[in-house]
Amino acid sequence: MEPIIIEGTPKTPSVRFDAKQGLVEIKGRSIPENSVEFYKPLVDWLEQYAGVPAERTVVNIHLEYFNTSSSKCILDVFKKLEAIHKAKNEVLVNWYYEEDDEDMLEAGEDYESIIRIPFKMIEVED
Amino acid sequence: MSFNLQESYKKMNEGDVLLAYKGSITTELITNVLEVIESKLDDINTASAVKKKIYNVLVESLQNLFHHIDDIPDKIKDEFDARFGVLVVAKEKEMYRISTGNFVRTAKVKQLKEKIDKINSLSKEELKDMYKFVLNHQKLSAKGGGGLGLIDIAKKTGNKLEYIFHNYNDEFDFFNLNVFISESKN
Repeated sequence: MEPIIIEGTPKTPSVRFDAKQGLVEIKGRSIPENSVEFYKPLVDWLEQYAGVPAERTVVNIHLEYFNTSSSKCILDVFKKLEAIHKAKNEVLVNWYYEEDDEDMLEAGEDYESIIRIPFKMIEVED
Repeated sequence: MSFNLQESYKKMNEGDVLLAYKGSITTELITNVLEVIESKLDDINTASAVKKKIYNVLVESLQNLFHHIDDIPDKIKDEFDARFGVLVVAKEKEMYRISTGNFVRTAKVKQLKEKIDKINSLSKEELKDMYKFVLNHQKLSAKGGGGLGLIDIAKKTGNKLEYIFHNYNDEFDFFNLNVFISESKN
């Protein structure tokens, strides 16, 4: 599978999805007015990846800001990953949040309570 | 008394104004406003967690405007651009205030009022549950709105949403929403 590599912009995150390495990474800001446009190809890629997943998939979510439009799309990303996990593949989510950013930590905990994949909350310095 | 936009705008501009805008709410405008506010916040002596909250809430407020503006009344169509909206970010006492204003069809007012009243009646825990429920169960609209904006704003600020509907004519109301972010962490 071809990897997805997207550079970040002021309104959209940088993305690295690499099937060979089992890496799913979203970093930066996700605040576009219409997030579906941005996330649809990512969710489609994961759908395909679910057929041939790596033994171990590491998911790094390191967002500075995200809007509510993105929050639904991020849930869709997690739902695809949950299916991979359910099919007895190892999936680990590293949810990064900047110190003092309780809102971002809480957002990670909200996803953790909805999605059945192991989450690790990682605090990073501002 | 009939609704006067200038007066309403003047009232929104009370306090220490960081940013004020009235006109067309477009994607480009939102990008520009966010850039301006980010550099202004850089210069302000407030905890970075509070700055992040202001930025986050501003993003939601602007995108709420963007997704929910109804076409403006014919009478003032010549006066203002299409997709007319108002935005003011100001500081009053210990609070940052984000005020937005836009025309909405009077037919929608009741539903919107009920939604805000419902949000305002919920505790912190109940808001969190509502957020998770809507996140997990509601589909995104074609424009990318998810019905989560106001819930998210209330959840992040921990303050009640303040609103006024000014009746404009038979068809339209002007919806003024004031959102408050406390300067000290609550």
